[in-house]
Amino acid sequence: MTDPQTYSLFLGCVMPNRYPNVEKSIRVVLPALGIELEELEGASCCPAPGVIRSFSERTWLALASRNLALAERAGHDIITGCNGCYGTFKEALNIVHEKPDRLKDVQQILKSVGLKYEAGVDAKHLIEVIYSIGIDPLRKKITRPLTGLKVGVHYGCHLLRPSKLRPWHQIQKQTFLDELVEVTGAESVKYKDKFLCCGAGGGVRGSNVPVSIDIAREKLDNMMEAGADCIVDVCSFCHLQFEVCQAELNKELGENKYHLPVIYYTQLLGLSMGFEPQDLGLHKHVVSTQALLDRFL
Amino acid sequence: MGEIIRETISAGDMDPTFIEKIEKAGADRIRTCLSCGTCSSVCPSGRRTAFRTRELIRKALLGLREDVLSSPDLWLCATCLTCLERCPRQIKITDAIIIMRNMAVKEGFMLPQHRKSAQKLLQTGHAVPLDDANRDMRRELGIPEIPPTVHSSEEALAQVKEIMRLTGFDTLVEGEGTGAKQE
Repeated sequence: MTDPQTYSLFLGCVMPNRYPNVEKSIRVVLPALGIELEELEGASCCPAPGVIRSFSERTWLALASRNLALAERAGHDIITGCNGCYGTFKEALNIVHEKPDRLKDVQQILKSVGLKYEAGVDAKHLIEVIYSIGIDPLRKKITRPLTGLKVGVHYGCHLLRPSKLRPWHQIQKQTFLDELVEVTGAESVKYKDKFLCCGAGGGVRGSNVPVSIDIAREKLDNMMEAGADCIVDVCSFCHLQFEVCQAELNKELGENKYHLPVIYYTQLLGLSMGFEPQDLGLHKHVVSTQALLDRFL
Repeated sequence: MGEIIRETISAGDMDPTFIEKIEKAGADRIRTCLSCGTCSSVCPSGRRTAFRTRELIRKALLGLREDVLSSPDLWLCATCLTCLERCPRQIKITDAIIIMRNMAVKEGFMLPQHRKSAQKLLQTGHAVPLDDANRDMRRELGIPEIPPTVHSSEEALAQVKEIMRLTGFDTLVEGEGTGAKQE
């Protein structure tokens, strides 16, 4: 690829269409870290690895490859802020790299719509790109340390698994996101079942809401028990789950038990870098972030 | 006194080609399953429902095709991939579930809410398309009011639709499906 620090920004569905405030924080913070973003014009749904891949794996692979082909044409790797999209691209690339017949099939489909595809492009999660900057250089950017803030770190699933197809060190309990949270001055609290799923994926959120939000409830309870002031996530679908399910759980309970702010990592980092909450979309949350912001502004 | 009814599996219920198809579609090593139950023990959906991954895989190995494909349990996997990581035989369990889901959908077993998401993708190129409230929020935030995705390009949307037509997604989704049976 031409310039390793310029990426094609892949938005997906949930981020631009439900949480544009998160998108805003990405557009503000990444360039401030020297990560240049180019629009990936005409991109579609990744498509979703839980639902669409479950319906037709062939359609899923062809559409994922189309998105990758657009980035390949632009000459940049994809950067995404959604674990689901990340999983789709990593798995789609692995399939065509390992199975020449699948690559051929995809190339034929794409050729008939006028696209060339060599599968020579890569997809990165923005957290992977931020982490590659290094903790010490990042520390130099912090002007508003979030001292005293207790964070429940949520990695999500597809960022880490299948571990064989991911860039992280092959260990069971990752720490990179905790390190990235702590560089802001905040504290990553230890809580039970930290690597548990948010419950939204695999089409469960879509088809079985009670099961889906009960998984999220378990995570929320564990974070709250450990004294977390907020959640920090790196996936637009986990983000949706935690933002939406708290009101659903409160309605079920008949009391306002769940009100843990859900902060996307670039919002947290941006805040510690001195950006205003409005520039990071922190004023547009479902679960209010105001009480938390008041502590630092 | 009621008679104890034992569930027996008759030879006629077992389709030996079922597991071959799953294996061929990418779930290699599935036959090496030793039914240890590690998959069930780490499953977040299994913690709160009767869904048992071990049982699903065992049924697949026995060739209980109809039972597996028509079961709503097949759709309780959140694809968290924990079982795949922990399986002592390194079976790609999540892949196997996705393969079986593909087979189920092909036979018309698709949950109504899932069909809706698929229809949205067919119509807009996004499984979750933009709505008015978020369009307003985008404008307020000072980012492009319409995201620069298929939402901004008819040409791109036409391309996406053509790919879905070529791969049979339109007929799969709009076809006469029965939907997975309800309990």
